[in-house]
Amino acid sequence: MLADVIEFRIDRRSGVSTYMQIIQQVRQAMRLGLLNPGDRLPSAREVVEATAVNPNTVLKAYRELEREGLVEARRGLGTFVTKSLSSEATTGDDAPLRQELAGWMGRAQQGGLVVEDVDALYSAVRDEHYPAEERS
Amino acid sequence: MNPLTATAVGKRYRSRWAVRDCSFTIPEGKVVALVGPNGAGKSTLLGMAAGIVRPTTGGLSAFGTPTAGRTHPDVSYLGQNRSLYHDLTVRELTRAVGSMNDRWSTDRVHEVLGLLTGVDHDAKVGTLSAGTRTQVAIAMALGRLPRLLLLDEPLSDLDPLARDETLRIIMTEVADRGTTVVMSSHLLTDLREVCDHILLVDEGRVQVDGDIEEVLARHRILVGPAADESSVEGTLVSATRTARQSTLLLREAAPTPKGWEGTEPDLESLVMGYLRASRERRR
Repeated sequence: MLADVIEFRIDRRSGVSTYMQIIQQVRQAMRLGLLNPGDRLPSAREVVEATAVNPNTVLKAYRELEREGLVEARRGLGTFVTKSLSSEATTGDDAPLRQELAGWMGRAQQGGLVVEDVDALYSAVRDEHYPAEERS
Repeated sequence: MNPLTATAVGKRYRSRWAVRDCSFTIPEGKVVALVGPNGAGKSTLLGMAAGIVRPTTGGLSAFGTPTAGRTHPDVSYLGQNRSLYHDLTVRELTRAVGSMNDRWSTDRVHEVLGLLTGVDHDAKVGTLSAGTRTQVAIAMALGRLPRLLLLDEPLSDLDPLARDETLRIIMTEVADRGTTVVMSSHLLTDLREVCDHILLVDEGRVQVDGDIEEVLARHRILVGPAADESSVEGTLVSATRTARQSTLLLREAAPTPKGWEGTEPDLESLVMGYLRASRERRR
């Protein structure tokens, strides 16, 4: 697909519904700055061509994102990003990234992990995503 | 007007009821998974919806018109035998089917066939692989520009690539034209990711009917001590039990009692639960 839009990767074996995967991937792309205000989301037709999912599911996911105030459907034009998550990602206690991390930390605690376990997991994953040689 | 409504419809072949007292409504624009084990009555139900099989009791209507005896002009039906003329080429077939239909779009057929890898329009239908024949049959069904598409086991003889292509054609049709689709399969895995509505039949009866997310949200799987089942409230669908542990599928469950673990079922465990229950009733 050469249209200037992001592409969804639907993992059929993940146990996560297609609907949730689309929502999560849009949010993630926004946090990462791959999607910024004014950018268009792929049309249901474009998603179907690329992944053979149900277009109703795509539209339903977009409606949920719209309800969250992240995107806006413009009649006849498509669905557009209206909010930036990349700059707000690190500010405020209700920042999505922070909340997710807090949720993860809560689960780790519930799962009986001690602080060393948590630190080890965190730095292992961080180093995968931020290789030491790329850090300034 | 709903694309399809069944009112206490039943079909008896000699002494056996293939479909019994089925009532349901398919809302417009839905992609419906018609699932159930072999012999559950899926094909009979689709045949009656298409007006090819005459109901013994009750009836179905498509867009408000009773279906008995004729296929509604807004309905396309792909039967399990994929009835095509094997001696015609794809091109001749397109022309022949077109001449039999009042509303017909050859462009639409070409558009659909164009989405497929390498269908030779001059090849005789009989020489095509089973999978390609199915795809050609679907293209013909779409040439009628239907508002309701009935597909009986559309994926059963397809390899993974053809399966993906076929789903893509059907889903593109939904995206472009808002067509309502009812697809049957005895394999839930075939349809899980493309459908938003489920119609589960077994023993000729509708066991589950509704929007998939809503159906799942109405059910809970509870795991807990077998000795303490009396504390669980809700409609029990089915259960598996060991001496110490019970696993229960419940509809409209009350809040999970202490000592039990409750989760929302996935579609597969929900379907399995209902099928197990209908097996046990039969025994």
